[in-house]
Amino acid sequence: MSLPGYNFAYLDEQTKRMIRRALLKAVAIPGYQVPFASREMPLAYGWGTGGMQVTAAVIGPDDVLKVIDQGADDTTNAVSIRRFFALTAGVRTTERTVEATIIQTRHRIPETPLTAGQILVYQVPQPEPLRKLEPRETETRRMHALAEYGLMHVKLYEDIARHGRITLSYDYPVLVNGRHVMAPSPIPSFDNPKMHRSPALQLFGAGREKRIYAVPPYTSVESLAFEDHPFHPWKANAPCGLCGATDSYLDEVVVDDRGGRLFVCSDTDHCTTRRAAGHRGAAAGHALAGAGE
Amino acid sequence: MNAPLLTVEGLSKDFTLHLQGGARLPVLRGVSLTVRAGECVALTGPSGAGKTTLMRALYGNYLPGGGRILVRHHDRLVDLAAASPREIVAIRRETVGYVSQFLRVIPRVPARAIVAEPLRAAGVDAAAAEREAERLLARLNLPERLWSLPPATFSGGEQQRVNLARGFAFPYPVMLVDEPTASLDPANAEVAVGLIQEAKSRGAAIVGIFHDADVRRAVATREHPVVPLAAAA
Amino acid sequence: MSDAPLLSVRELTVRFGRTLAVDRASFELWPGEVLAIVGESGSGKTSLLRAVHGDLPADGGRVQYRLDDGAPVALDALPEPMRRQLARTQWGFVHQNPRDGLRMSVSAGGNVGERLMAAGARHWGGIRAEATEWLRRVEIDPARIDDPPRTYSGGMQQRLQIARVLVTRPRLVLMDEPTGGLDVSVQARLLDLIRRLVSDLGLSVVIVTHDLAVARLLADRMLVMQGGRIVEAGLTDQVLDDPQHPYSQLLVSSVLQA
Repeated sequence: MSLPGYNFAYLDEQTKRMIRRALLKAVAIPGYQVPFASREMPLAYGWGTGGMQVTAAVIGPDDVLKVIDQGADDTTNAVSIRRFFALTAGVRTTERTVEATIIQTRHRIPETPLTAGQILVYQVPQPEPLRKLEPRETETRRMHALAEYGLMHVKLYEDIARHGRITLSYDYPVLVNGRHVMAPSPIPSFDNPKMHRSPALQLFGAGREKRIYAVPPYTSVESLAFEDHPFHPWKANAPCGLCGATDSYLDEVVVDDRGGRLFVCSDTDHCTTRRAAGHRGAAAGHALAGAGE
Repeated sequence: MNAPLLTVEGLSKDFTLHLQGGARLPVLRGVSLTVRAGECVALTGPSGAGKTTLMRALYGNYLPGGGRILVRHHDRLVDLAAASPREIVAIRRETVGYVSQFLRVIPRVPARAIVAEPLRAAGVDAAAAEREAERLLARLNLPERLWSLPPATFSGGEQQRVNLARGFAFPYPVMLVDEPTASLDPANAEVAVGLIQEAKSRGAAIVGIFHDADVRRAVATREHPVVPLAAAA
Repeated sequence: MSDAPLLSVRELTVRFGRTLAVDRASFELWPGEVLAIVGESGSGKTSLLRAVHGDLPADGGRVQYRLDDGAPVALDALPEPMRRQLARTQWGFVHQNPRDGLRMSVSAGGNVGERLMAAGARHWGGIRAEATEWLRRVEIDPARIDDPPRTYSGGMQQRLQIARVLVTRPRLVLMDEPTGGLDVSVQARLLDLIRRLVSDLGLSVVIVTHDLAVARLLADRMLVMQGGRIVEAGLTDQVLDDPQHPYSQLLVSSVLQA
C-alpha cells in the first residue's frame, strides 16, 4: 500500500523517468557527474534529498529497503527516510544488509560484502572532488572532460606537506574505471576499497548540487596516492568493544562523564549479527549493547 | 691587398622629427668607406658632423636612409642596411663589436660578468670567459675588489675601463671604437691604445673616433673626414 | 640559431564588439629570442598576447607553433586537449598580477609542483625536491616551501609565479607586464632574474611592457603597438634610439632617458 493522494514512492512518474535517464547515462559513463533536475523533497537539502530521489526512481513494490546514517539504522535521519518510503511506496524495510535489495546510505558502506543485484544509494553533499581547489564550474567540467587531474594530486601533496602523510580520512578521491576522478561522498577512506569491483550497483545522488553519478558493478575504483605515499585506509587501532570485531570501521563513543570511551562498530547491523552469532567484545555487557538488541 | 671587411657605399641618413612637424634633418650623404683587415680608420671632423651617427649606422643602431653597409660575416657579405634584425643580432654577436663612450649599467650584474658576457654570447664556456674577463680587468688596472660588484657606483673612469674590457673581450673581425680614452688617465689610455694595436695586428678592421690627437696618431692607419652637410652644401 | 621560427603570428585580429583590439598583427619569434611588445594601455598589446596564448578567441588570422619534432601546427586547428597540454608543458604565461597565475591558498611547493603533477609526476619526494630547487633558483628561501603565497611579498609572489611556470622547462614563455605592480628596487631584482633565467634556459619569450627600460634590458627585438596595430618593429636599440614612426618617437621622447 502507499499513501493516498501521493504517487508510488512520492515522485511523479515523469520525474522518475527523468531521473532514470540521468541514472542510465551515469551508469554508462562511470564516475561522470550527470546534471539532473533535482526536485524539492519534503525535507531540507542536506538531509539526503539526492539519495531519496535516486531511491524513489529505482524502487519497486517488491524491493526491500535498508537506510543507514553513518552505519546506523536507528538514527533519526535513517528512521525517517525508511518510514518515508514505507509510507509512500509501501515497501518492506529491513536493518539487515543481506536482506536488502536497496540500501540508501549516508557516509558508510556496510561491512557485510554486497552481492550482485543489490543497489547502494549514496547521499552526496558535494559531488565535485575538485571544487575546493577550483571554484569555477566551467573549469572543473573542462578538467573532467580532458582528464586533467593534476590538481587532485596538489590537494594530496598539500596534505603530506602539512602532516607528513595523507591525513585525508573521508571523501577520499578515487579514479573510477581509469577515467573519471570521483568524490565517493564523505564515507571513511576505510570504505574505499569496498567500492573496487563491487558486485553491487552504486548510485550517487546530490540533491542540492543537482548531480547524479554511478559506479556500475565490477568497476575499478582506485584511491589516488603517490608512489612514495601509498593509499592507507584509516581505522581506529582497536577491536569493537561489543562484538570484538577487528576488521570493521569503529566509532569512538564517550560512555560516561569521567572520560571513559569505547570503540564500537559503526555498522550496527554488522555488530548485532556478530553478537547474535556469539561473538563477544571486552565491554560486551555494556549498556550500549542493549540498544542494538 | 686583402679583401675589405667593411665597405660603405653611398650611405645617407636623415632624421625625420615627427614631433617637430615632420622636419627632416639630413646628417649623412654619400658616405663611402672601405676598411681592410689590420686597418684603423679614424673618423675626423668637427663636433656635430655626424661621426657618431655614422658609427651607430655601422652597428645597425641607426637605420640608414640609403646606400649599403657591406660586412664580411663568416664567408659572405651582408648588407647591414638591408639585414633583418635577427641577422644584425648574429653579426653583433660574432663579427662587429662596438665600444661605446659610456657603459650601460645593468642592475645587479657584477663587472666581471658584464665583461664576460660577449664571450658567453659567442659560445665560450663560463670559466674561460671569466678568466679572460679577469685578465682584461687586471690589465686595465681595475682593483680586484670591484670585479664582483655591479658598476653602478663606480667612477666614470672605472666604468669606462669595464666598458673597454667588455668591448675588447671578444676578438671581433670588425670593431667600432667611439672615444675609448675619453675619461681615462694617461696610464690607462696607454692600455687602451695597446688593446687597439693588438686588435689591428690580429687583423681586425677598426673604425674609430679619437678626439685625442696623440691617441689618434698612435693607432690610426689613416683618417677619414666626415664633413658637416651644411658646410658641404 | 635555427632558421625556422618557433612561433609565427599572421594577420591576427581580435574584436571586442565593434572595437578592433588587435588589427592584423603579424610577427615571428625564433628559438632563444626575446621579443618585447610596447605601447600605452589600450594599444592592444595584452590582447595580442592573450590571443596568441589562446585565451582570447581570434576573429581572424592564425598562430602557428613549431612542435618539438619541428612540425608546425596551427593552434586553432589543434584539438583542445592537446592545446591545453601544450600550454601547461611547453608554454608558460606569466600574469601581471600574481594572483591570476598562482593558487593563493595552496603552498608554494604545491604551486610549483602542480604542473609536474599535471604532467603525471606521482613521486611526492621527487616533486618536492624539484620545487625546492626552483624556489632556490628564483631566490625564495626553500624554508618557506609550505607557506601559501598570500603570506609572500609582491616581488616574491611574482618570482614564485615564474618558478611555477618554468618548472616544466617550457620552450615559450609569454609575460604580461611581469614587473607592473612592483616597487622600483623589487623590479630591478626581478628583471635581472628574468634576464638570467632566459639566457640560462635559452627561453623564447614574448614580453608585454609599457616600460621601455624593460624592453631595452631584456629584448632582442621589439614591436610598437598603437590602436591595435603594430606600427613599428625592429631591433630593440634601433627602435629606441632611432624610432621611425611618429608614435614611436612620441613614446621614446615621453620617458626619461632609459
